[in-house]
Amino acid sequence: MSLRSPLGKVRGLGSAKEGVAHWWAQRMTAVALVPLLIWFVASVCTMTGADYDAVRAWVATPMVSIMLVLLTLAVFHHAQLGLQVVLEDYVHTEWLKIASIAIVKFAAIGLAVATIFSIVKIALG
Amino acid sequence: MASNNRPLSPHLQVYKPQLTTFMSITHRATGIALAVGTLVLVWWLIAAATGESAFNDAQAFLGSIVGRLLLLGWTYALFYHMCNGLRHLFWDAGKGFEIETAYMTGRIVIGVSILLTIGAWLWGYAAMGAI
Repeated sequence: MSLRSPLGKVRGLGSAKEGVAHWWAQRMTAVALVPLLIWFVASVCTMTGADYDAVRAWVATPMVSIMLVLLTLAVFHHAQLGLQVVLEDYVHTEWLKIASIAIVKFAAIGLAVATIFSIVKIALG
Repeated sequence: MASNNRPLSPHLQVYKPQLTTFMSITHRATGIALAVGTLVLVWWLIAAATGESAFNDAQAFLGSIVGRLLLLGWTYALFYHMCNGLRHLFWDAGKGFEIETAYMTGRIVIGVSILLTIGAWLWGYAAMGAI
């Protein structure tokens, strides 16, 4: 145990350079989503009206499975970062803000895992 | 806690609506809509992994009038958010802040996102052999 104050301990050490981590993650996932989503929308357009077997065969193609998993990770990360900022801006009751952000984050993780599991399940038959 | 009676900034109601402010809030709105819309895509993929009847239920909903309208809205929201997101990335790099430029890129974003939406839907209907 130290008698030094938290401020005293960090003074002079410089920044941890983590202040912009959220901002950067939002931008980097945005950049990643541009090619991923152009690919996804184009693929869905060509598959309009495709039946069950055709869609599963498409998802099971290795390159498609990989792209879908990457898309899922980028989409949910980007979405939860964005929704977090929206909630921080508009929800002014502290406990409600924290609770709603926690729900968004849990939901994003749960949905991403469910989506990736579905992709892998189809891919591995 | 600080007093809740303090003035909030900006006072949106005293400002004339402008293209730039309208597009800013639309970026947020489309972002929220896309996050919700992602649930439908997740449902579609999980249904494909679950079995044929679950998948056919999802396809039937997406192919219905309501489903198609939601998909049309989703398509536009996606292209708008993507195009305007690129505009934001240029701003992040410190470019395009001049008022005329901000208005010009704003109009380009709206125009291009409409064209991309129409193009994607024509492509989809052509792929189905409907046109």
